[in-house]
Amino acid sequence: MLRFILHKIGLLIPTFIGVSIIAFAFIRLLPGDPITLLAGERGVSAERYAELQSAFGFDQPLVIQYIHYLGDILQGDFGTSFVTKRPVLDEFLTLFPATLELSICAILLATLIGIPAGVMAAVKRGSFFDQSIMGVALIGYSMPIFWWGLLLIILFSGVLQWTPVSGRISLLFYFPQVTGFMLIDSLLSGQPGAFRSAVSHLILPTIVLATIPLAVIARQTRSAMLEVLSEDYVRTARSKGLAPRRVIGLHALRNALIPVVTTIGLQVGVLLAGAILTETIFSWPGIGKWMVDSVFKRDYAVVQGGLLLIAGMIMLVNLAVDLIYGLINPRIRR
Amino acid sequence: MALLDIRNLSVTFDTASGPFRAVDGVDASVDGREILSIVGESGSGKSVSMLALMGLLPDTATVTADRMQFDGRDLLELSARQKRSVIGRDIAMIFQEPMSSLNPCFTVGFQIGEMLRKHTDLDRAARRRRSIELMEQVGIPSPEKRLSAYPHQLSGGMSQRVMIAMATSCRPKLLIADEPTTALDVTIQAQILDVLRDLCADTDMALVLITHDMGVVAQMADRVQVQYAGQKVEEQPVAALFDDPHHPYTAALLSALPERASGKGHLPSIKGVVPGQFDRPPGCLFEPRCAFAVEACRRGAVRQGPELGLALCNRPLVDGVPLDERAEA
Repeated sequence: MLRFILHKIGLLIPTFIGVSIIAFAFIRLLPGDPITLLAGERGVSAERYAELQSAFGFDQPLVIQYIHYLGDILQGDFGTSFVTKRPVLDEFLTLFPATLELSICAILLATLIGIPAGVMAAVKRGSFFDQSIMGVALIGYSMPIFWWGLLLIILFSGVLQWTPVSGRISLLFYFPQVTGFMLIDSLLSGQPGAFRSAVSHLILPTIVLATIPLAVIARQTRSAMLEVLSEDYVRTARSKGLAPRRVIGLHALRNALIPVVTTIGLQVGVLLAGAILTETIFSWPGIGKWMVDSVFKRDYAVVQGGLLLIAGMIMLVNLAVDLIYGLINPRIRR
Repeated sequence: MALLDIRNLSVTFDTASGPFRAVDGVDASVDGREILSIVGESGSGKSVSMLALMGLLPDTATVTADRMQFDGRDLLELSARQKRSVIGRDIAMIFQEPMSSLNPCFTVGFQIGEMLRKHTDLDRAARRRRSIELMEQVGIPSPEKRLSAYPHQLSGGMSQRVMIAMATSCRPKLLIADEPTTALDVTIQAQILDVLRDLCADTDMALVLITHDMGVVAQMADRVQVQYAGQKVEEQPVAALFDDPHHPYTAALLSALPERASGKGHLPSIKGVVPGQFDRPPGCLFEPRCAFAVEACRRGAVRQGPELGLALCNRPLVDGVPLDERAEA
């Protein structure tokens, strides 16, 4: 098992280098540069422009710039934002918990509903229940996220007034960030109503963000279950006189989970990469919105550093998925 | 009284192209400690009838029977829950593909122990001891190490031994073996059959051995039941069956055995195939392939008495000659 883990970690290194090259190159492919954009409509003189170029090191060949950049990263320095002058890592760490909190809640919701729904649909294959679940899943998967989010806001925030429209917590509450997770921090603060407020802010973004993963997980679980249910070992389990609950919930589900875990992992990656639309609709201060803003400002350091950090997160998630995969599937442990 | 007594068992599958009767009015009985072999080609309904007994058929199957008595209880009258306490404990089953019959996600020890946990009061340590003992009994080397092995680490023969250990863990009164050696090498086949025969002798267990291999039948069975296209066509003690088959189908099966084929040249074969859903003959189901068929066979077949092996045939054979021809001679 240790060799398996080390092998998987070893594979991350080339991936990481590849991502750093792509992140570095892509932002420079866009027309315009940060100095011109920072100068704004006043413009900047040719001498001052050249001076700034050399100050930021933009006058050197791209390869040299990349090597400097890689060297800085290996020392833990992800650069400084041209716009805010704050270190990229600091900004990332400030914003990332918001995205992480939302993503975790969304994936939990999607998994806790998606897997049982998929299992039930497979067991009752062809029934009214199966067809409704799969119909709803298809709608969920096809629905434009921004439109779905707006519909929910209109109903629950507008008409029913049950939930707030945007943000992470009501402005009435203020308490220091301890973990960065609003649900935990609000509890730690001990202020009455703070936790309630945090939850009510989180509900709609979670539902919106969970919609597509929920649909994908339910459909994947159903098809994996259908395949597994016709396997010989499921018949063996039934021939032992085991209750249907155990045959389906243990013998079949354990095998069906193997592809489902991969799906969940991929979905987590997608969510962490910044739930850009969801964060924008609900003004959720996460990294998705941060990256979009930085691209528009040609904030090279933020875009390449941010991309690399996000990619790192996704790689960690994939590593975790591989390890879980090894745990539930004895055949791939070496 | 027989350990197992099935009367008029029929199984019909709902298919997209209409109902298909896979088992058609089959009787079967097994006495305690007896080895009954059910023989027939693919599609003769031999597996399906036993899966129906175990309750392992999919929802698309409709099972009817006049009686399905096991050890003094009618299985037809039991609730699903009551039946689950019999299945696995008193009647157990092993299957054709041992490699895919074990769950790839769980260790051998877990899968054997699970059976003990469901049907016995043994604690964890006792279950472990019993599992080791069972694995020794079926000839698995270093059983203690094998407890933590996963199925993909075992060969086909080892997997089938594990299946046998698991199936016999609660000392069942009846074991159903559905072509247990078909997927295995010839050398391994013999070993597995030895294991089964020893278990029957040592534990007073009855065995239903489903096979299409007449060689296996000759080695193992006390009594043989021949099935064709979902019907029982003949039943005899093994020696008598090999000596004097009464149904033309049984006779044709036996004459296709290499060791029985006389002279040189091609082995004799039975022309045609088992009728399927759409080409069922109106009369005797074997009539289109039968060398002795006459006009009356197109209208139906008569069940003969026990002296003629309960053959479902209008012209049962005696010493290879139809009864009516002998009478004329």
